[in-house]
Amino acid sequence: MHYAPAPLHIPDGFLNVTVSVIFWVVTIVMIGMAVSRTNKSLGEKQVPLMGIMAAFIFAAQMINFPVAGGTSGHLLGGALAAIVLGPWAGMLVMTAVIAVQGLLFQDGGLLVMGANIFNMGLLTAAIGYGLYRSVMNKPTGTKLAVAGVAAWLSVMAGALATSLQLWLSGTSNLQTVVIAMLGVHALIGLGEALITVAALSFIFRTRPDLLGEGSASAEGGRGWIIAGVIVSLIVALLSPLASAAPDGLERVAIDMGFIDAGQDAPYEIIPDYTVPFLGETPLSTILAGVIGALIVLGIMVVTGRSLQKKTS
Amino acid sequence: MHSDVFDRYHAANSFIHRLDSRVKVVVTVAFILSNALLPDAAWTAFGLSWLFLLFANALSDLGPGFTLQRSFIVLPFALVAVTVLVSIPGEPLTTFRFIAWDLTITDAGLLRFVSIVIRSWLSVQMAILLVATTRFPDVVHALEHLRVPFILTTIIAFLYRYLFVLVDEVFRLLRAREARSAAVAGFRAGGSVAWRAGVAGNMAGQLFLRSYERSDRVYNAMLARGYTGHLNTINPHELRRVDYVTTALALFVILLFQVVGRV
Amino acid sequence: MTNVLSVRDLHFSYHDHHAALRGVSFELCEGDKVALVGPNGAGKSTLMLHLNGILRGQGDVTVGGVRLTRDNLPAIRAMIGLVFQNPDDQLFSPTVFDDVAFGPLHMGLPKEEVLTRVEAALQAVMMSAYRDRMSHHLSVGEKKRIAIATVLSMNPQILVLDEPSAGLDPRARRTLINLLRELPITMLVSTHDMRMVQELFPRTIVMDEGLIAADGETKEILSDEGFLNEHGLEKP
Repeated sequence: MHYAPAPLHIPDGFLNVTVSVIFWVVTIVMIGMAVSRTNKSLGEKQVPLMGIMAAFIFAAQMINFPVAGGTSGHLLGGALAAIVLGPWAGMLVMTAVIAVQGLLFQDGGLLVMGANIFNMGLLTAAIGYGLYRSVMNKPTGTKLAVAGVAAWLSVMAGALATSLQLWLSGTSNLQTVVIAMLGVHALIGLGEALITVAALSFIFRTRPDLLGEGSASAEGGRGWIIAGVIVSLIVALLSPLASAAPDGLERVAIDMGFIDAGQDAPYEIIPDYTVPFLGETPLSTILAGVIGALIVLGIMVVTGRSLQKKTS
Repeated sequence: MHSDVFDRYHAANSFIHRLDSRVKVVVTVAFILSNALLPDAAWTAFGLSWLFLLFANALSDLGPGFTLQRSFIVLPFALVAVTVLVSIPGEPLTTFRFIAWDLTITDAGLLRFVSIVIRSWLSVQMAILLVATTRFPDVVHALEHLRVPFILTTIIAFLYRYLFVLVDEVFRLLRAREARSAAVAGFRAGGSVAWRAGVAGNMAGQLFLRSYERSDRVYNAMLARGYTGHLNTINPHELRRVDYVTTALALFVILLFQVVGRV
Repeated sequence: MTNVLSVRDLHFSYHDHHAALRGVSFELCEGDKVALVGPNGAGKSTLMLHLNGILRGQGDVTVGGVRLTRDNLPAIRAMIGLVFQNPDDQLFSPTVFDDVAFGPLHMGLPKEEVLTRVEAALQAVMMSAYRDRMSHHLSVGEKKRIAIATVLSMNPQILVLDEPSAGLDPRARRTLINLLRELPITMLVSTHDMRMVQELFPRTIVMDEGLIAADGETKEILSDEGFLNEHGLEKP
């Protein structure tokens, strides 16, 4: 048994200062709002509750299940935290978890912590809670199904945001990193969805009061539904755009002064993202992406296994 | 197996151990910021930063290679930067065949890749040194002094306290599952992936309820001792002259790295 | 009587280099009901975790004539039913049924077989009526009995229990003792409950500081007060 670093935690050195600072600012503003909301709306009881829930998320991330070939699925917990604790408390809890992971275990850097909190704590809460809130009054089955989709999407959103940050920092090639990250996290997100649904259905059966009307879980308003839907739409639209037609995004980034023209231009890792013998067809692009994702997955499995052997 | 393996603090009474935790947090962040600000291929400045790190290591009585041992945690992540090797235009160094593609590594790409890895490797070691020489509650106190919202530092303090309790609980749950994960001849053991994920989800749900109920008990125990919604802590840290001097010196040296790296 | 479990010269150290087992050897024959006693930290729980390979030290563990290796772990786990001290750890599923069915389902048994086994296991611990209850809402005594059912459903050859009577009120304890007496299965039970040892187990193994201090007839061991005191135990 060991503490396994998750692939979404960006270490220091991989994001440039501009990107790090921008996401720190966004994150600080959101945390500030969360702090003032929770101070206003939550009773004194919430402090130990949120603290222990943060420990719960941390510990729950260690519950794994074997998938195949020595790999295992596990929970990130952003969507689950926001659904059971409400969005603002969920954000604070995830912030604390990511802060401790970065500070104590160097799982994720300090300068880049703003980005990590944004990717894994804020986006996941917005999607997880927003989509779930939109079906709050529907039957349990619908709620669970939507929670599953939201959990999957929240992981994909985190992966997409991570990819874009890496690209804006000039650390990765846009198309490669988006395809590889989304490819791997499409699977990781599946594990996230399954565990989230099972955990929620457990809570529905044993303590439905914690998820019903009047609970923290029902405190967010319509704004959250809108935020959740908007973020989900952005993920759904941006992912194919970044992986199939990255030129537009790159144009925007160059115009905004994020990256130097030419720095990222004639990349050749998989020339124009096509498989040579298939020509320049959409199928070829998709296949190139799948190959890239499989290679990354393979390398992750191998490093994961060797790390596991070392620590067990 | 016990979650004590999580404790990162290494007790000693070195110069670094005795520094105020605020000094260490500020210098660590400044060092990491400096690494991020250094341009690619600023070899002299990278080298000097590394010497600075070695010096800090030496002052901490933990042995010169202490932070090195755990620093490889960032290496798997370097994978995301591999593409810059072949995606930045420059003088071609070597071309190799990868499945069906001819890839050319350029000098500019190589410089960028190595620079990213060095930045990351230096930064993570300073963070390792910070928690190895500072008790975590003191790190949290430093955050309080540095104006991190009180509710957040309180959550972090609770998280740290109950982390060990809950992780032990997870270890025992996993062990109980392992003990019953049996197989008999003639049947395919293990169930489907979805079933296994469901079991893991049940464990998470079970853990959630126990944590929730534990927080009730903790809250009652706090009430019983007079808690009214305000956590009053004594934060006894006081900055001494050596703390001010060290901070000033360290920040000055880090500033020098920037000058060296940019001329 | 056939030998069902043999442990030979088992050594084990934890990460902090604390030697928890320092050469433990003993055997169990079919139908044996053996108590394992000793002070806290004697190595009892560590020893039990070795019996189905959760922990693995140096030395041999042989179950039903098969030497435990990495490859046959799943098969060994089907033969040794290990029940942990804290039933909350053992019961990780929402309902009693789910938990008792976990073992058989993991083995990949057909559905009817799983159902039969769950019924039989619950009946054996006299908890048939609790099939659809939430584990979360049970009393400690009920949880302890369900925990035993979760391994009985795997049809183990040996039952290994860690502190089964700890934390039980007198009535729940009495029910448990009667249950253990009637279960027709080989068992090794770690406990501090010396009255239960006297009442239930013909044979006792005393452990202290990672070693077996005595292994013999319960009556003889319990009559030697000086020996018991020396190992932090009390005469019932």
